[in-house]
Amino acid sequence: MTVRHAQLLSSLAAVFVTVACSSYYEIPIETPIRPKLDVSAFQRVLVAGFVSGGTEDVDGNLETTRLLRSQLRTKSDLRVIDTDVLPLMDVASQSRGAGATPAATAGTPAAIREVKDLEPYEQVFANVEYWKRIGEEYQNPLIVTGTVMFTPLSRSGIVQREQEVFDSVGRRSVVPIRTYMERKGFTLQPRFVFIDGRTGTTLYSENFREEILYNANQTTPALSSYFELMDRLLPNFLSTLSSQKIKGTRVLLQ
Amino acid sequence: MRIRTLIVTLSLLAAAAPAAADARSDAKKQVEFGIEVAQRGLWREAVYRWERAAQIDPTYAAALNNLAIAYEHEGDLEKARIAYEKATGLEPNNASIKQNYELFKEINDRTTRPATQ
Repeated sequence: MTVRHAQLLSSLAAVFVTVACSSYYEIPIETPIRPKLDVSAFQRVLVAGFVSGGTEDVDGNLETTRLLRSQLRTKSDLRVIDTDVLPLMDVASQSRGAGATPAATAGTPAAIREVKDLEPYEQVFANVEYWKRIGEEYQNPLIVTGTVMFTPLSRSGIVQREQEVFDSVGRRSVVPIRTYMERKGFTLQPRFVFIDGRTGTTLYSENFREEILYNANQTTPALSSYFELMDRLLPNFLSTLSSQKIKGTRVLLQ
Repeated sequence: MRIRTLIVTLSLLAAAAPAAADARSDAKKQVEFGIEVAQRGLWREAVYRWERAAQIDPTYAAALNNLAIAYEHEGDLEKARIAYEKATGLEPNNASIKQNYELFKEINDRTTRPATQ
């Protein structure tokens, strides 16, 4: 539980104490959030593909491209371009071959296992000529690309959980107990890069990190964990391109 | 002389108290009407009413709280933040205002999250 959640809970508890003293009205509201990026100059969006790594159970490039395209199709005004996923790792290797900078010519790991393994590939997003060419090919769209790391995670330690207990007369109650647990799960660390297809330059980029843990004896397919984690950060991704409405309730006072 | 000063002071206070009470009473009418229209989804009218209430009585925390909510609903997050800050400043221990403000900050943080270039 985060500090903010704890604060919210205590505030909620306090509300029940104070409402008895004043008139209040709970009201639903929808807060419109303006997009972080002005995409009015674009009619089309190309989710080009991602440099991905981590577990081999999920193809982070393919799955992320598919998911973002389907989300953008229904939740943005931009027309989504359907095309094959770009082979960004090959592009990065080629540009290193013809590369100019020492950093760019540095060797890349055979497989991307950790976030630092992505570093040699990062320069592909700054390859203005390449993105401009892609932009021309697809009629100057907004290009979405980036990196996706989806890695297994394991953690052990004391956790608090609730246990059902019955007293001598059979009355049920729930008590918190602290136990040592080994847990396994996944971490999802995408970086979304938004490129102007007209100029090939990066307009905006944003990093995210989400993780999920299960009991060690629980078997959850990697792909369903991937979708669960993507589901958490999709509203933030979408709010970069299109206005969103966040539903909530507030208390009006008299 | 002292007695005269005391009488004048008391007279001034006696005159000011009903004026303050009138201001709160007028502001309260605006707040009540604002709540009614907000509940029917007429948020712009609600904004107008609560702005009037806050003008009439700038110390009325409930009016500022409601105004902040209305600004939030209209997507004017900067104005909402200012109104929430004024409301919490006037009534720092009001749990409803604090709760509204915390929920607002969660949304506001999302929109102001720094990006990397």
